[in-house]
Amino acid sequence: MRRADVQRGLWVTLFVSPGLAVVVCIILVPLFLSLYNSLFSWNQLVVDRFAGLENFRRIFAAEPYRTRFLNALGNNARWFAATMLIQNTCGLFFGWALSRKIAGHAFFRRVFFIPVLFSIVAVGFLWGLYLKPNGLVNGFLAALGRRDLARAWLGDESLATWSIVLVNIWRWVGFPSLVFMAAIDAVPLDCLEAAYLDGAREATVFGRIILPLIVPAVTIITVLTIIGSLNVFEQVYTMAGLDGSPDYSTDTIGTLFYRTAFGSVDSGNPQIGVGSAIGVVIYVLTFAASIGSIAGLRRREAAA
Amino acid sequence: MSLKRLAFVFLCLAFTAGGLFAQKTTLTYWTWRPEDVDKYDQLLKVFEAQNPGIDVVQTAQKNTEYNTILAAALSGGAGPDVFQSRAYGGLETFAQSGYMEPLSSWVPELASFSRAAIRGATSIKDGKVYGVPFASQTLFVYYNGKIYADLGLKVPDTWDQFLSNLAAMKKAGIQPLANGAKEGWTLEVMMGALCPDFYGANSFFDAVVQGKTTFQDPRFVGAIQKLKDLIPYMPDLYMGVSYTDMQSAFINETAGHFIGGSFEAGYFASQNPSLQFDVFPGPAAKAGDPHYVSVYADGNFSMNANSKNKEAAAKLLRFFASKQTGDFFIRTLKQVSSVPGVDTSADPFIARVLTLQKYNTPYVFLVGFRYQQPTGSTLIQSALQGFFAGKIDAAEVCRQVQEGIATYYAPFKK
Repeated sequence: MRRADVQRGLWVTLFVSPGLAVVVCIILVPLFLSLYNSLFSWNQLVVDRFAGLENFRRIFAAEPYRTRFLNALGNNARWFAATMLIQNTCGLFFGWALSRKIAGHAFFRRVFFIPVLFSIVAVGFLWGLYLKPNGLVNGFLAALGRRDLARAWLGDESLATWSIVLVNIWRWVGFPSLVFMAAIDAVPLDCLEAAYLDGAREATVFGRIILPLIVPAVTIITVLTIIGSLNVFEQVYTMAGLDGSPDYSTDTIGTLFYRTAFGSVDSGNPQIGVGSAIGVVIYVLTFAASIGSIAGLRRREAAA
Repeated sequence: MSLKRLAFVFLCLAFTAGGLFAQKTTLTYWTWRPEDVDKYDQLLKVFEAQNPGIDVVQTAQKNTEYNTILAAALSGGAGPDVFQSRAYGGLETFAQSGYMEPLSSWVPELASFSRAAIRGATSIKDGKVYGVPFASQTLFVYYNGKIYADLGLKVPDTWDQFLSNLAAMKKAGIQPLANGAKEGWTLEVMMGALCPDFYGANSFFDAVVQGKTTFQDPRFVGAIQKLKDLIPYMPDLYMGVSYTDMQSAFINETAGHFIGGSFEAGYFASQNPSLQFDVFPGPAAKAGDPHYVSVYADGNFSMNANSKNKEAAAKLLRFFASKQTGDFFIRTLKQVSSVPGVDTSADPFIARVLTLQKYNTPYVFLVGFRYQQPTGSTLIQSALQGFFAGKIDAAEVCRQVQEGIATYYAPFKK
């Protein structure tokens, strides 16, 4: 190896190492620790004995863990479906509308993005107030003369998860809008001009020219949505609490993990082994889903 | 005085002061009550005055994160010398992990504490006492005295009288009950305040703990069924009404009753000094029956098993077990102290709570079934939410609770 290469390698190592150290300390080490913890049975807060895959078996096969886990995973799936359908579709539309330079687009671009900058805890807390039985939302409905539509938004099992999802969409829709806007702005002008000269309508241009060219942005947003949906925690924690209240209807694998691993003051003791196993499952799911979707969408990108 | 001499005197003084300093022990103490830090400081000053060699440094952690932070500190071999610890299952977590010092020999005063209080500080595994109990909590019904007087209502003796009082308030356009169902634990409290008279209080508790009956006992199912009578008197959209909504409705006198625990009284009084509130125990099935209240130990003061200052820590714990601390709990914190023989005449509310405790029964799921997952509390809280939402009936609530506990509770397995 040439001396210059060695020197270059050393420099690279020097610059990479602080970041690498941080990643190792706060991501890799805890990850492997939780994998390690998940292989043992625990007597309260102390490691008891090696248990193999027993904790994982309990999550998937023993009651009540199985019901709780599948219920929570189902809610994560709802988060994903609603976020993909509503948030990302709206985001795509907003991004396209903003890139069309409609009147006041600079103003709207900022307005859409402002909620993204808000602290998730503050958003959860404030919307929690708005969604109370006598809160702003029901007050608004009453002012419209539709008091009959008033609901216990966060207390009704059939509505609670959707209410929290919608609040999160409200907060986050600016992000895909901005990404899609940037992607659409980057579509080469000559392609668009050629299409317009050929007399293509706006819908055709969007479907045949713009959409295929922004697939990389779609990939990024999809992967982020998958990761975000599997890691939902703060939104539920601030608006519904740790117990997945009411009756586990808002429970996600994130809250289930926290509750199981650390316990909750009003209802239960920590179960570190099972909790760590849930943590590992979340990691594996997130990893597999991300890799899978990236691979799938890459193929689409290549085809397009 | 020559300069040399002055230096000598100065050095002597410095050494004596240093010597005094070296003898001083600093104890660390943790609490989950950030709101009471100033009050505890007053108490700790009294202790420091009595024990000149000991300084106590108090640290408060947020209530909901206390267990996690404490567990992390203790498992790392650090943590405070003396700390507040939870009762029952919450104590078990730390006691079984070996982080707590058994106290019977350190704190002889424990022998005089009531059995109910000691139960909350005792590990079910080895039967040792790991804490000095500080307060008990009692569950009952708060009512607004002014509304009662205005409507000419009397404190109810029976369930039917209770319902007719609620109906009278509703008719007068006043929200009869403040209670909602958004947070499951408030429903468990409601169960604890109202159901014992119907499920047979202590006789049922003793039987179910020993596995001689189950939660599907008709008495227990019937008691849960009774709660359904209250739904017409709960707030609109009660499924979305949270704990803080409940508190503010009662404090602002828009609701006439609040089913809750003795721990509310201090907050009610401080938030609205003109609020005239009093309490009555859960109404009985028929006139003349005793009125049972659910009672539980709130928490304890415990010693770190790895403390380097055990002698000093024991002094502090003995102080916490003394009448001085008992008086402090009653006068300053407005809590029902667990210290035996404390004078309650200074506070009529606490005297009233102690009268109600004449017929006491353990708060069933906390005292008996909060040791393993899924705890009885987890199960009843979510099942009651389904019950109040109208999704499941009382029999199904009891089935879910029974089957959940039976997954680990040995007396239910045979």
